[in-house]
Amino acid sequence: MTAALGVTGLEKRYGSTRALTGVDLEVGEGELVGLLGPNGAGKSTLVKIACGLVRPSRGRAEVCGARAGSLEARRRLGYLAELFRFPGWYSADELLALHQRLSGSTGGGAERSELLELVGLAEARDRRVEAMSKGMQQRLGIAQALVGAPPLLLLDEPTSALDPVGRRTVRLLLEELRGRGISVLLNSHLLSEIELVCDRVVILLRGAVVAEGSPAELGRARGVEVETDQGTEVFEGKTREDVPALVAELVATGRKVYGVRALTSTLEETYLEAVGGETS
Amino acid sequence: MSAIPTIVVYGLREALRRKVFAVVLLLTAGFLFLYWLANHYAFRDISGIDAPLGIDARSYAGAFIFGLAMFATLFLGVVLAVFLTLGTVRGDAERGLLQPLVVRPVGRSVLLFARWLGAVAVCTPYVVAVYVGAMLITGLTGDWWPDRIVVPAIELAGGVAIVAALSLLGSVFLTATANGIAIFMVFGAGLVAGLLGTIGHALSSHALEHAAKVAAWIVPFEALYQDALRQITANTTGLTGFVLQLGPFGGANTGGPGVRLWACGYFVIVALGAAAGFSRKDL
Repeated sequence: MTAALGVTGLEKRYGSTRALTGVDLEVGEGELVGLLGPNGAGKSTLVKIACGLVRPSRGRAEVCGARAGSLEARRRLGYLAELFRFPGWYSADELLALHQRLSGSTGGGAERSELLELVGLAEARDRRVEAMSKGMQQRLGIAQALVGAPPLLLLDEPTSALDPVGRRTVRLLLEELRGRGISVLLNSHLLSEIELVCDRVVILLRGAVVAEGSPAELGRARGVEVETDQGTEVFEGKTREDVPALVAELVATGRKVYGVRALTSTLEETYLEAVGGETS
Repeated sequence: MSAIPTIVVYGLREALRRKVFAVVLLLTAGFLFLYWLANHYAFRDISGIDAPLGIDARSYAGAFIFGLAMFATLFLGVVLAVFLTLGTVRGDAERGLLQPLVVRPVGRSVLLFARWLGAVAVCTPYVVAVYVGAMLITGLTGDWWPDRIVVPAIELAGGVAIVAALSLLGSVFLTATANGIAIFMVFGAGLVAGLLGTIGHALSSHALEHAAKVAAWIVPFEALYQDALRQITANTTGLTGFVLQLGPFGGANTGGPGVRLWACGYFVIVALGAAAGFSRKDL
């Protein structure tokens, strides 16, 4: 099966700066992949290459089997840029109609209504973009990216301007999209968001992938915490699989066990370990 | 191809919001009123002027003042064209307006062509309208009419279309402000070339005339303007014809079909350069 997004040996240079240094990445059909990394790690560059805004220096990127940047590839993706702006004089409905015409969508008014409903902007259908809050514009941006029902969605920091309720709306929306079989590459700084919705996480550092896996896989075992009659004790190096033997051993020595908890690192801890505290 | 009208309308709505049209219409109304005033006084007093021997005072006044109007028409058209196109690529990309459009399945060259078409769809009718307005003012006030009417109008409109293409080319590489400055400097260079030609013609300096001609062909909107100036007095001969060839803001020179062909070729070169530059540009 062709991946929604396939990236092989991708490199990008801006003069002497190497933004990407040979990235391999795949987003499967209906998969929600989170892209993490400090500022300047190459996340936005990777997304921009995928949607044809930036040309790679070397390597290959394909969208549903078509070369990234080609008309065929652009027909199959929706994109929301990190720093975007829509013409302020368009209403939400007019903006979606504009993108319908450009993308060749035949969805008409029904599609626009559904998309506005999906992002919680049904009431703002006739409101001009310039009269919308940044959060509303960001949700409108997501609706715009979904015009024409593309099989791949590339979202670059889609929740950066949203309040907690808005973030929750987007999170639910992403889960809904996954249910519809739409693949999503989500570039975000919000680890909790990524952890909650993504099937897989890719961590970039200085243009290279330094960690990859499901949030559960990336959570490293940190030992087992046992509460006994002599207090709480942490057995480092032990995993969830070691718990029965460990409890049996403690009971055999005459201790009373009241509770056991397998400790794993959070995605945040894994991330910080992977990037070494780098912020930019 | 169906994306072209969509992008044309998009560009025009943007211009409408930025009140470009309102400003230009206001300037135009002011210009035409002042132009009528100038014609009124010039032709009212013309019968009392004792013109030098061999000079037809009415033809001279009519052609000279209308030549000035043609320069103003070209200038206003260029202002409109530049303000409609100066930030099309880099300017809009820096503001985040361009990226959502470029990721759509529309070729970059199509997008650029549509923006040029949108600018030209406004600028060329505008130039023709101002040209006709000025001609009517001079004709009805002073009873002087250009020898040829249609070709000069087309040449002025063509000149503005070339400036719009140059501005789009500049927008690929320069910020909106830098592009605006650059295009007006190029326009000024054309003006200087015309004045140089005038001096060369008056002094019978072939070297100066040659340099001016080369410069005008490098920026063919100037060559088209000079040809348009010549066209309005194409049938005027004698001393009046010679003096009129000095022209206001640049000499009137016959470019003929050569300059029109070159203008078309020049446009193609500029368009290809813009398309190539845009296709390779990282956004």
